[in-house]
Amino acid sequence: MKNVFARPDSLKDVQTHFCPGCHHGSVHRLVAEALDEHDLRSRTIGVASVGCSVFLYSYFDVDVIESPHGRAPAVATGAKRTRPDRIVFTYQGDGDLAAIGTSEIIHAANRGEDITVIFVNNTTYGMTGGQMAPTTLPGQKTSTSPYGRDISKDGAPFRMAELLSHLDGVAYSARVAVNSPRNVLQAKKIISTAFRYQVEKKGFAFIEALASCPTNWGMKPLEANQRVADELIPYFPLGVYRNTANL
Amino acid sequence: MSSPNSDKKFVKGNEAVAMAALEAGCRYYFGYPITPQSDIPEYLSRELPRLGGEFIQAESEIGAINMLLGASATGVRAMTSSSGPGISLKQEGISYMAGSELPGVIVDIMRAGPGLGGIDASQADYFQATRGGGHGGYRIIVLAPSSVQEMYDLTMLAFDLSDIYRMPAMVLADSVIGQMKESFTCNPRPKVALPDKPWAVRGRAEGEPQNIVKSLYLGDGEMEAFHWKMHARYQELADNECRWEETDTDDAELVLTAFGSTARIARTAVAMARSEGIKAGLLRPVTLFPFPKKAYAALSERCKCFLDVELSTGQMIDDVRLSVARDTEVHFYGRPPGAGSLPTPEELLLQIKKYYRTCA
Repeated sequence: MKNVFARPDSLKDVQTHFCPGCHHGSVHRLVAEALDEHDLRSRTIGVASVGCSVFLYSYFDVDVIESPHGRAPAVATGAKRTRPDRIVFTYQGDGDLAAIGTSEIIHAANRGEDITVIFVNNTTYGMTGGQMAPTTLPGQKTSTSPYGRDISKDGAPFRMAELLSHLDGVAYSARVAVNSPRNVLQAKKIISTAFRYQVEKKGFAFIEALASCPTNWGMKPLEANQRVADELIPYFPLGVYRNTANL
Repeated sequence: MSSPNSDKKFVKGNEAVAMAALEAGCRYYFGYPITPQSDIPEYLSRELPRLGGEFIQAESEIGAINMLLGASATGVRAMTSSSGPGISLKQEGISYMAGSELPGVIVDIMRAGPGLGGIDASQADYFQATRGGGHGGYRIIVLAPSSVQEMYDLTMLAFDLSDIYRMPAMVLADSVIGQMKESFTCNPRPKVALPDKPWAVRGRAEGEPQNIVKSLYLGDGEMEAFHWKMHARYQELADNECRWEETDTDDAELVLTAFGSTARIARTAVAMARSEGIKAGLLRPVTLFPFPKKAYAALSERCKCFLDVELSTGQMIDDVRLSVARDTEVHFYGRPPGAGSLPTPEELLLQIKKYYRTCA
């Protein structure tokens, strides 16, 4: 009998701590599938960040360095420069990458570090209990924006995939979502490309994955999944924003 | 191959640090410009590419220390350097390195503070260095060179101790020692038995266990166990690695104590005192963590009093007082850091005479 669906080798056979309906699990799986596809598991170093994504080492069957909040691109830089034959990726949330870690991500991208960055944007600080993130949508209520995000005071949400696409050091910058089978298939292709670019030493690759956070959005899993389509994608359009193969 | 082995050199203290790092096998440097340490990145930006190494001028001190974290995690020797304001920014990363049991060398060429302060010599970052500096309760190895020779020798030692004890090591000097030119012997790297690094993150090959470099401990008792393990390691350091230098202490009634640049001035003052028949001596700690407590304790049984001299309002004096025998008098003479605050030997001689009369 032909096995048509199985756990990727790069993922451990364990239960995750993620809440029901959270998209981290889907993004984890797509990253693991890309590692499997390019046969990278045994030479990959993951860099975990602070937040729900810190437990990367519990789920991925690869060596992992845990980074201080926001510093994963700097940690990954140190690892990749000393072990250029290894595949190095970071996995960061929106508070981590687009608030406290803006300096590290922009400079790693600008240097064209040969790393892959997986940026999970769920418009909130998940682990700390749903505070306002740099990507929280205008008007969105969170535990620290109880009256809704006021862009006249809080600024507008960062569109990181677009922002980084303007840097010469970036080989690939794209935004994906995992809220529908169609988007999952597209995301799988794009994440696979991002890792292939690192194998080919093309330079810095950035993948923003829109994700749900039902717990902190105060929604049921299906409602949260629907919010990704109704509110997130219109503000954060999906697509490839920079691809040096096309330049 | 050109090797600097056993050559006499005449260079700045900062350059000696960079030369020692190369001799110690360090091929990775991450830093950010700040006076008075910029000779170190300048030297290494020139030499590391020739040796197949990597030099990165980071976007910030925070970026630099985290690049060091990532490099050390893969098992290589790597370093960063900075001064006061930059070292403050690095404290987050140093804490994570300590929590992750990562080696790595940090050079701190102290300048005056707080805040932007000034670029003159200072010893006011003694507490920051010897108490860990960041959050969470940890210590790092702290070595205090007093000459260009020691800038070279202690930088190599810092790499070895850091690898052996799996914790960050700091070379703590100041702008006098960093900027001063002095001749020194470029000794080859000492042969030291170094541990393997089976914990290093290099990619989990088939059949190998997964390696994780982390500082998050959530399980019942895990964090507590970590702290006790490190506490035992600090004790091991204290038992095995204390280093200090004594000058004229055999019959000394008054013992000066000072580290780094101040110890050089104190040594001159002791020689002046001796020439006037005053039984003065000098105890200079070379390791500030671990602090050579036993040397102080032993000497306090023989001498009559101590005179602690620092370029601050008094920080190391706390460790001196905790180390000497009960009831030992410990006097203090400090010049807080800043332009024009470096004491002269004559100034210290006056202090020696002042306390020698009362304690002798």
